[in-house]
Amino acid sequence: MSAAADPLVSVRGLKTYYSIRGSFLDRLVGRTGAAVRAVDDISLDLRKGEVLGLVGESGSGKTTLGRTILGLVPATSGSVEFEGRDITKLSASDLRELRRRMQIVFQDPHASLNPAMTIAQAVGHPLEIHGLAHDRDQVRARVAEVLERVGLSPVEQFMDKYPSDLSGGQKQRAVIARAIILNPVLLVADEPVSMLDMSVRAKILELMLALKRDFDLTYLYVTHDLATAKFFCDRIAIMYLGRIVEIGPSEAIYEDPKHPYTQALLRAIPEPDPRRTIPRDLPRGEVPDASRPPLGCHFHPRCPRAFEVCGWEARDLKELLERRWAQMGEEGFDKERAAVGPAESLNEPATQARLHGHGGASGAELAGLLERARSADPADPFWTGVKRIAAENGALEVDWFDPVDPRLLPSGPVEVECHLYDEAALAEAAERRGARIP
Amino acid sequence: MSDEPVLTVRDLRLWYGTPRGSVRAVDRISLEIGAGETLGLVGESGSGKSTLGRGILGLLPEGARSDGEVLYKGRNLVGASQRELRRLRGPELGLIFQEPMTRLDPLMRIEDQFRETLQQHESKLTNADIRRRSLDTLGRMGIPPTRFRQYPHEFSGGMRQRIMIALALVLRPSLLVADEPTTALDVIVEAQILRILADLKENFGTALLLITHNLGIVAEACDHVAVMYAGQIVEEGPARDVFAEPKHPYTRELLRSTISLDTERLHSIPGAPPNLITPPTGCHFHPRCPDIMRICPVKDPIETRHDGDRRVLCWLHGPEREIPPGGSEPIEQERIAVAEEA
Repeated sequence: MSAAADPLVSVRGLKTYYSIRGSFLDRLVGRTGAAVRAVDDISLDLRKGEVLGLVGESGSGKTTLGRTILGLVPATSGSVEFEGRDITKLSASDLRELRRRMQIVFQDPHASLNPAMTIAQAVGHPLEIHGLAHDRDQVRARVAEVLERVGLSPVEQFMDKYPSDLSGGQKQRAVIARAIILNPVLLVADEPVSMLDMSVRAKILELMLALKRDFDLTYLYVTHDLATAKFFCDRIAIMYLGRIVEIGPSEAIYEDPKHPYTQALLRAIPEPDPRRTIPRDLPRGEVPDASRPPLGCHFHPRCPRAFEVCGWEARDLKELLERRWAQMGEEGFDKERAAVGPAESLNEPATQARLHGHGGASGAELAGLLERARSADPADPFWTGVKRIAAENGALEVDWFDPVDPRLLPSGPVEVECHLYDEAALAEAAERRGARIP
Repeated sequence: MSDEPVLTVRDLRLWYGTPRGSVRAVDRISLEIGAGETLGLVGESGSGKSTLGRGILGLLPEGARSDGEVLYKGRNLVGASQRELRRLRGPELGLIFQEPMTRLDPLMRIEDQFRETLQQHESKLTNADIRRRSLDTLGRMGIPPTRFRQYPHEFSGGMRQRIMIALALVLRPSLLVADEPTTALDVIVEAQILRILADLKENFGTALLLITHNLGIVAEACDHVAVMYAGQIVEEGPARDVFAEPKHPYTRELLRSTISLDTERLHSIPGAPPNLITPPTGCHFHPRCPDIMRICPVKDPIETRHDGDRRVLCWLHGPEREIPPGGSEPIEQERIAVAEEA
């Protein structure tokens, strides 16, 4: 991070895990179930007056990170310093006091407003919650002031209306008015425009930029939309399965995206320019289960540029076979499936797998099947990670190279968590290429 | 376009009553889709695009009324009996919805959903035929056969949408209506699904009506585009031409206000789409149009054709003989307060 003056928010080693409840027996004997690592060891600074974009797909942990920073979700470990105080250690009442200074705008304006409250009541509600509503006329005057500021004017037309009388854009303006009525310094905006029609989005973004200028606000903009983030953010953090995979100034990220995931996200955006089309070499599959993330780099199973060190493992072989079978005719599939059997060893995150042939298939036959799969698509990055394939004692043994966890390292103006930009990892991969057993 | 379009809609009107008056959701719309052709239907919420999609399939809510023609392979579906429509839906007319999770029966294995669908319409199929047809279609959507016996909740959102598409395609319909099929999906998965839809014509020869609010999606997946505003198609033509050189001010403004990676300045359209009970007189877009002329609020625009296969509903493009003297004079647009916006 640069040596900017004191950051407004400083996140260090933050982890937010959600535990998945195990069985009744597990709870009885005190065993804890698996955990979803929604935020998995993240450090970042939010500088005063900047707009930082947290960008990722669903399941990336971006929303959880935003909420943990506000203390709305308890952190599992690590710290979040806001104006010098660690909010993960504050009591509920201290936290409430602090919340006057940090507010949130949610995605769905229709669900963010109580349908039984008038706009004036809803917007003035924070004053009441924080014990600042001493005099009705004063509250009403303050509400009128912020409504005017967010463009809901003439204010008399809106004060006594109910949310159902307002359009989507108007509701989001009211939600923003409610968020700024306490004069916060930090605003977390979680997909504030993604539920709105195209023709309204620009207006809400412009309003938020104007408010930031006028009130010296700092924004954390949580979104899946790289197009609006480009417009709105000074810096961008790209998230994938609980990790920041790339972070840096917006211009640098958009001009020269480093991480293959960032590159894929940018290329996948449907553009209204008919001369450009979506490329065919998109990452395959979807974001995997965050309770059992892939070994090594979490993105490696989908990455078109993954190589020896990225964390190839047994589950990747299962996916490879399934991709092969999806394209194969029914007969070919039935035959191969019968030989491989249920292959339970391919459901575990392991760098070794032992497959017993089914229906009389020998280890050598299974090895032959893998060879056919390899020759069908020798360029599949999966094969770079295979260390050894051997048929022994009627079974097939497959070994993969050990995973190397990537770290967020500086690369030019950005930081990126990818082995392609790590000299040590590249050297290790070259060594492994030589050590592969054919 | 082939000689005989798969779908021809002529002067279709769809409206339904509400306590506040009758809503003219679709107001005299005409369009054609040929075999293997993809038509993108774009509009903002409330433009009537979803009502049009459902109306074509005869899936209107109780109390809705229709008028005009929906010719499917020469047969008029407006006024067709519910029984006949039910028989056509599936093997002839397919539909893909926005929310894949809510459209698959959560208690049925994927295998059984396919079995039910196929048996409903092709009762002579053997079990082996059903399996082969299902696995083949699923495979083309990238769903491995190992997952044939799983339940919907075991699949990710993108896979569910692939299953929905496979479930529609397994009956080999000639026309497929897809209503915002990627809205609930992440951007990379959306791109994967768009690839599948763009490849439909090569793989299945299906005519596709793709309904979306996202102009980017139309540019990626469609040959033709129809832009809807307040129940009418205001512009239609080859997607490439319309995007490169929009003729209707609404199309132009909508393109300008779409935020894409190329966007350099934010732009928005003042005001909000009108309600469809009492739409503005003359051209429905006139209160928001930057190019408003004297004639626009007074006289309904007349559709004009250009360059062979483009049409537009806007007085800027004539017809000249219908415009009274002085009618093309620009007039000052009334300022629209934020209070009126969407």
